[in-house]
Amino acid sequence: MDLNKNKPEAAPARRRYVTTRRLDRIFVELAKVYRFNARFFKEVWFPPYEFREIIKQCYEIGVRSLPLISLTGFIIGIVFTNQSRPSLADFGATSLLPALISVAIIRAIGPLVTALIAAGRVGSAIGAELGSMRVTEQIDAMEVSATNPFKFLVVTRVLASTLMIPALTMFTTLVSLLGGYLNVHQNELTSLSVFFYQVFDAITFLDIIASSVKSVIFGFTIGMVGCYKGYNSSKGTEGVGKAANSSVVTAMFLIFIEELLIMQVINTIRAF
Amino acid sequence: MEAKRINPNIDRSEKVITIRGLKKAFDDFEVLRGVDLDLYKGENLVVLGRSGTGKSVLIKIISGLLQADEGTVNVLGKEVSGLKPREMDALRLKIGFSFQNSALYDSMTVRENLEFPLERHAKHMTVAEREDTIQYVLEAVGLLQAINQMPSELSGGQRKRIGIARTLILKPDIMLYDEPTAGLDPITCIEINSLINEVQEKFNTSSIIITHDLTCARAVGDRIVMLLDGQFQREGTFDEVFESNDERVQSFYNYNFID
Repeated sequence: MDLNKNKPEAAPARRRYVTTRRLDRIFVELAKVYRFNARFFKEVWFPPYEFREIIKQCYEIGVRSLPLISLTGFIIGIVFTNQSRPSLADFGATSLLPALISVAIIRAIGPLVTALIAAGRVGSAIGAELGSMRVTEQIDAMEVSATNPFKFLVVTRVLASTLMIPALTMFTTLVSLLGGYLNVHQNELTSLSVFFYQVFDAITFLDIIASSVKSVIFGFTIGMVGCYKGYNSSKGTEGVGKAANSSVVTAMFLIFIEELLIMQVINTIRAF
Repeated sequence: MEAKRINPNIDRSEKVITIRGLKKAFDDFEVLRGVDLDLYKGENLVVLGRSGTGKSVLIKIISGLLQADEGTVNVLGKEVSGLKPREMDALRLKIGFSFQNSALYDSMTVRENLEFPLERHAKHMTVAEREDTIQYVLEAVGLLQAINQMPSELSGGQRKRIGIARTLILKPDIMLYDEPTAGLDPITCIEINSLINEVQEKFNTSSIIITHDLTCARAVGDRIVMLLDGQFQREGTFDEVFESNDERVQSFYNYNFID
């Protein structure tokens, strides 16, 4: 029995112990994340390339997400335009709506909304699928049959996610702009050609590059987080639920952090 | 109770697995405390023991899924701990591992489950040869009719059989069965026991069968070892193992056989 347990001087020592244990766990987790990422970059270059699985995952992530992404993008385009109009109308500047929509959607809303929806749909699906494969020993079964499960399950999904999220972002951006156009056309009677002339006039090549780079990073993050959480899940069915849940939460958190950092970098470049 | 079979295929001059002084611990809990084991060619060796005594850990170390803390594991003349990943993969092609819950890939049909290892490790095969091989192993486990079904549509016993078929498709020299009869009804258990013996005869495999089911141990085991407190305490035929005054051995026997 610990006789010091109830002594007043034992409390700070215990707090220090708990803090050290927590810090230990954080550093161990960071090391595991680093090793997982390093393994991806090591394995992605060497055969076998599992093209069939990559195409299957591209279909799952890209094509299957289209209906949800389209609907959300379209609604966001309409709502954003509608909510922005009164502010511009106060200055008699509703003619600037296409430019405002363009800058907002192409620079930020398009990539961000696509990534957040994909984190919810794709990230959780990857986390749950790999998590359940881990707890039902399907990943071990692959390993003992001399198939590299990391290459077959992780590399393919991360690649598919990195390829498909930029494509989905382009699509969402276009659909959002169309939603915005419908609203502008209904209220200001602007034609399609004038609307899109103003849209493209307001953005620069840097905006398109930044948006593309951002969506590639978001795609990689969603795939990697989902795979990491699922591949390393444990504790049975409870672990599968946790893997799916933390895939979404962690990916969303990282997406916001990345958005903030990339925005700072792009603004710095723009200043030059 | 099923009758004990006599296996004429054992070659006692050739060891396919040799384990010496194997130790494995998880955190502070020492599961295996210096295990020594030999598996002879053509032999069915049953490892008996209560749940949580490290039986599955033993075969996971043999197949390279877990690393041993101490000791040597020699499989088909190769020291497992010293193998590079590519050498380990080559060795794994000679080892079939039947998992406790079958571990079928649940997003694939039975055919795709069986095709999966062939596509990767039998690239020289034509499509027709692959199809023939799939049909051959499915016939061997008596489930040819399930070829286009999803794993979720199969019963527990059928899943076990397909899991065994998937391991047989690359014609392994060694079979490792992890609790082959766990969770199955008595009739299906008898069928699985017969299948294990048929596999041994038809494919001339050497097998380690992990179980706590004494009916299974008696029906398939040429030799039985009993894992108690992290070490093999009893070894021999079924009757030899249970001719013991050790309370732990007797309680294990009495718990399984009320008759």
